Amino acid sequence: MAAPLVLVLVVAVTVRAALFRSSLAEFISERVEVVSPLSSWKRVVEGLSLLDLGVSPYSGAVFHETPLIIYLFHFLIDYAELVFMITDALTAIALYFAIQDFNKVVFKKQKLLLELDQYAPDVAELIRTPMEMRYIPLKVALFYLLNPYTILSCVAKSTCAINNTLIAFFILTTIKGSAFLSAIFLALATYQSLYPLTLFVPGLLYLLQTRHINPNSAAAVHTCENEEQSLLDLFLGVCHDVCGKPSGNHLPLLLPSQLLGFHPRSLWLYINVFFYTIPLAIKLKEHPIFFMFIQIAVIAIFKSYPTVGDVALYMAFFPVWNHLYRFLRNIFVLTCIIIVCSLLFPVLWHLWIYAGSANSNFFYAITLTFNVGQILLISDYFYAFLRREYYLTHGLYLTAKDGTEAMLVLK
Amino acid sequence: MGLLSDPVRRRALARLVLRLNAPLCVLSYVAGIAWFLALVFPPLTQRTYMSENAMGSTMVEEQFAGGDRARAFARDFAAHRKKSGALPVAWLERTMRSVGLEVYTQSFSRKLPFPDETHERYMVSGTNVYGILRAPRAASTESLVLTVPCGSDSTNSQAVGLLLALAAHFRGQIYWAKDIVFLVTEHDLLGTEAWLEAYHDVNVTGMQSSPLQGRAGAIQAAVALELSSDVVTSLDVAVEGLNGQLPNLDLLNLFQTFCQKGGLLCTLQGKLQPEDWTSLDGPLQGLQTLLLMVLRQASGRPHGSHGLFLRYRVEALTLRGINSFRQYKYDLVAVGKALEGMFRKLNHLLERLHQSFFLYLLPGLSRFVSIGLYMPAVGFLLLVLGLKALELWMQLHEAGMGLEEPGGAPGPSVPLPPSQGVGLASLVAPLLISQAMGLALYVLPVLGQHVATQHFPVAEAEAVVLTLLAIYAAGLALPHNTHRTQAPDRGWMALKLVALIYLALQLGCIALTNFSLGFLLATTMVPTAALAKPHGPRTLYAALLVLTSPAATLLGSLFLWRELQEAPLSLAEGWQLFLAALAQGVLEHHTYGALLFPLLSLGLYPCWLLFWNVLFWK
Repeated sequence: MAAPLVLVLVVAVTVRAALFRSSLAEFISERVEVVSPLSSWKRVVEGLSLLDLGVSPYSGAVFHETPLIIYLFHFLIDYAELVFMITDALTAIALYFAIQDFNKVVFKKQKLLLELDQYAPDVAELIRTPMEMRYIPLKVALFYLLNPYTILSCVAKSTCAINNTLIAFFILTTIKGSAFLSAIFLALATYQSLYPLTLFVPGLLYLLQTRHINPNSAAAVHTCENEEQSLLDLFLGVCHDVCGKPSGNHLPLLLPSQLLGFHPRSLWLYINVFFYTIPLAIKLKEHPIFFMFIQIAVIAIFKSYPTVGDVALYMAFFPVWNHLYRFLRNIFVLTCIIIVCSLLFPVLWHLWIYAGSANSNFFYAITLTFNVGQILLISDYFYAFLRREYYLTHGLYLTAKDGTEAMLVLK
Repeated sequence: MGLLSDPVRRRALARLVLRLNAPLCVLSYVAGIAWFLALVFPPLTQRTYMSENAMGSTMVEEQFAGGDRARAFARDFAAHRKKSGALPVAWLERTMRSVGLEVYTQSFSRKLPFPDETHERYMVSGTNVYGILRAPRAASTESLVLTVPCGSDSTNSQAVGLLLALAAHFRGQIYWAKDIVFLVTEHDLLGTEAWLEAYHDVNVTGMQSSPLQGRAGAIQAAVALELSSDVVTSLDVAVEGLNGQLPNLDLLNLFQTFCQKGGLLCTLQGKLQPEDWTSLDGPLQGLQTLLLMVLRQASGRPHGSHGLFLRYRVEALTLRGINSFRQYKYDLVAVGKALEGMFRKLNHLLERLHQSFFLYLLPGLSRFVSIGLYMPAVGFLLLVLGLKALELWMQLHEAGMGLEEPGGAPGPSVPLPPSQGVGLASLVAPLLISQAMGLALYVLPVLGQHVATQHFPVAEAEAVVLTLLAIYAAGLALPHNTHRTQAPDRGWMALKLVALIYLALQLGCIALTNFSLGFLLATTMVPTAALAKPHGPRTLYAALLVLTSPAATLLGSLFLWRELQEAPLSLAEGWQLFLAALAQGVLEHHTYGALLFPLLSLGLYPCWLLFWNVLFWK
């Protein structure tokens, strides 16, 4: 399985290297969908030169990166292109191994539930087989590396790619069961953009549950509570340590942002990310990784200053939920909406900024449509997941009381 | 969310889309066309009105009386021009200086990608002359431009004369708050492009030019003037610019106001405006004007040197003096007064023209249709593609999934992925081949002109056009699908689905930037795109598809264009004009950055080839 992964990596790096060398690179790095004031490479360079001049990069209102990023690039500025290609590759590799392990866990859990006779008798076609699960990790890597959004984000040297890597490593270490490392990566990701804080809940749920499955579970349950406490302490400790330093993580509301959060009217959406965590935690407490996927998507949709790099991260998870495909209802329409919007961004931006014939409302409308499309897509996945779970326990062919075919209605 | 999640309503909707697909498509197409035709009737066309306050309420009194002076300048200019054979730069400089302007020149040169046979030029070099009238009442932060393009085929001597006379008159006034640039360009649009690029210090078309020595402020508005006779019967105004860009409607309103004030007869697209919009005749005449505007805008060519200003966000229009057989004629004083009035009002501007519409269609000079009202026309046409795509998707989905989720519980069926995988793999070859053809169409003609001239007895320009046509036709003969799938129907359906979405996307994007082009292409391409399938009367479909291909649309547009101008073409003439239009299209892409050629060759032609593949799917 390693050979195809290497091949995908080689293709991905080639595409990126070719784009870095082309004249498109500059155009892409100016695109407002790809870089935001928080993740723009131009600003990193600005911060670095301020630092070189002995001026605090934070004295102006231009630089919003964290001190760690600026020190990282202080040494690596000449190899920036390489760094961004490597971060992308690392993200893909981390996701690859994470999903590989996750699939094993899913399969084990399914086997256990089958043995315990928890499933309804007629759900054979919903049971997942190792054959169909075999290529999922590779597909995840492929989806991440060759997603146009990721490529654009990498070519623009958006620091969002680094955040993605940290989140990917957080997922990997969580699935591997290492509470310490997962806390560190989550703290680092949170340090950079605050929103990954919400991933703490699914991460914790997952770590707790993998312990529950262990054979000697009686003891495990007991120790788990302690572990939970210590993990939380550790996490907060790391978080405090890292965040305690002067951070550029204040949210500047100075410049028009992209995608959502552009229009002043949508300011209230900025805190929206945090609203979903608790309800999702209650509904999906059995399925922390799906919860994590939904939460990452929610972050990408509702964060302030979102870019396509954020979108790319949750899109990489689509192959993991391949088995939900038959339950997705609007995938065609929603895919079309997302493609159409992605193409209309530059067109309407051109009309607004260059041609001057359209105004900001045209662009705002399309960002709103893009987000509505994403929201519907995620709720489609959510609903499909719930339906599959329902069918698994209640049987695929339900009949209502009067003997006709029953239907599930989401209310 | 109800519609998307409630299974009962979803099923009803799905059934509606599947069963009534054909009638819905026809209805939607007819609605689109009908909507467009209805645009000329009063509830949809509105009267134009001045939105800009600074130009609305204040009255100005025009005092220009330099008719004789203008004619004298024009005579001198024509004589000097005849003597030197090119733009009389020295004379212009001298004269401009004598009327009190700051005079500068700018030389430029440009090698065209291949010889331009229509204008007979290849290696172009020339000189622009411009004089700046410094505003006495403000710092040089803003400016207005009056430009006269001089080319080989358009002498424009009277325009230069009027420009100089106006400059002399303006020089004596004290109320100017914006610098006024009087610009005479050589090689008409090439000179304008060189000057604009140098003025804004950019180089987008590979023009070599000397930097400008003198500058005024940010250009707020520009008027281009074309006059070749001492008297005019009417003034024709052109608004369509590069890539279908239009100036702010207020500029046109301004022109119209002064035409009315001075009693000048003015026309749009060479057509007088109908007076009576309540009966049927008025709107029908308006429809003619509207169609002419749509064709012009769709061509994406700059119709006059104002078209190049628009790219730099300078509102601009071209005024053309027409001298026809009408009895009542106006002399240069009347035209000069109109121009003086326009410049004085523009001088009042406090900010850029932005109040009025930028996206509009004009069925008459005093009537317009705004974007909100004309967009549904193209929306209905694109809906056809959407409906067809939805139907195909449902059919594909059902084939793999059994019935479409009866009541939320999926019927017994085999899982979709294997068959879908084959479907996707078989799409790669046609997609890549057609896209490669498009790329060849875009790159090869200009790149391979020397090879062609060495091996065939043709000139470069001919070689380019013939290579274009050859590659275009060769695309039809290419091997199509290579895969032989178990379910052959799925193959073409998947390809058609992709092609439909691709077409809808392109047309949508085009219609947003250049409505006319999008609408024209949608009108022709949508019906056959919806019809194309490998069963049924294939020859008929093939004929229809060829007739609606982008090149055929261009040919058809040329005939329609001349028909509407009441100068019908014969077939041979039409063909000649078609070849010339192809060459012009390629040239304009390389010289001014017009986007029609790359759009057609890289976007619509490959997409059209996909439908051709669908038709001949084995």
